[in-house]
Amino acid sequence: MNLLALTFPDIGHLLEWPNIIPGLDDSIFALNKVGIIYLFAFLAPVVIFVMAKRRYERSEVIVAPRGIQTVAETSVGFIRENIIMQSIGPDGLRYLPFLLSMFLFIFFSNITEVVPLIHFPANARMAMPVTLAILVWLVFNGVGIKNHGFFGYLKNVVVPPGVPKALLPLVALIEFVSTFIVRPFSLAVRLFANMLAGHLLLVTFAVLSHTVFWLALTDSTPTWLVIITPAPFLMLIGLTGFEILVAVLQAFIFTILTAVYIGGALHPEH
Amino acid sequence: MDLLAQADTALDGLKALGAGLGYGLAAIGPGVGIGLVVGNAITAMARQPESAGMVRTTMFLGIAFTEALALIGFVVFILLNFA
Repeated sequence: MNLLALTFPDIGHLLEWPNIIPGLDDSIFALNKVGIIYLFAFLAPVVIFVMAKRRYERSEVIVAPRGIQTVAETSVGFIRENIIMQSIGPDGLRYLPFLLSMFLFIFFSNITEVVPLIHFPANARMAMPVTLAILVWLVFNGVGIKNHGFFGYLKNVVVPPGVPKALLPLVALIEFVSTFIVRPFSLAVRLFANMLAGHLLLVTFAVLSHTVFWLALTDSTPTWLVIITPAPFLMLIGLTGFEILVAVLQAFIFTILTAVYIGGALHPEH
Repeated sequence: MDLLAQADTALDGLKALGAGLGYGLAAIGPGVGIGLVVGNAITAMARQPESAGMVRTTMFLGIAFTEALALIGFVVFILLNFA
């Protein structure tokens, strides 16, 4: 049954993008829309911080930050106060560059979801969320091993304090699986699925608005259908606002979970 | 239509049904869970407005952990329907 003659595009058309550089179709240098968005997400923070640094060096006396400098200082302050201080503590400040670049990279590759004419969150493809999750896995385990030694870290992870001896094998198994397998998996899936769901939601309402609009122009359409014509479009506008929130929130959640994992590896519970 | 083709169509239908029902069921628990998390966070903020910043951060963490289950349901839905 096809209500309203609505044809939802094949999911491949929403997520798979062809190579845009001629002659490089199967080589590793092929570049598609997703790759370009990632290049943008990589370059945008670099440009912001280089410009902010220039500004900072040019001003001889300390003045109130203006323009691009505000963006840079606000993001550093946000990561510092709301993420590191809340989850690791003052000795986590050495991870600020890592967390800041991760936050900005995820944010800029998410926000293209609502940028006109791009309309695609690059993280709706599984590759980069998985790569980032593996990176986080390596970092927090590396921090734990560096600070407590391999066996000390393993003991901190699998033996939570205050567990009765009889329950220990079960708890150790659960803790092991949840720390080393579930953590990276859920980290990757959370980012990927949120962005994919948002993208599909926007596509659904965009297709619906388009179809209903063209239906309203034909003569045989009943009046009730013409009256509800703006409804999907208004919903689309509302959802676009919601997706901006989701893009920021997912970048924040990914970063703060990274910080929490690093903090857990740094200061085990006693 | 021969029997095999019929069985195939029925299987496709069941797959779609399972995917839809699966996502719906997967959303129940996290829905209740996120409600609890946010509700209690609001209570905490109302009682102690000066702790709002810390509570908000922890609230987002709790939401993220709870929401993961619903998202896995969504991924299963996508896999069953399109993969």
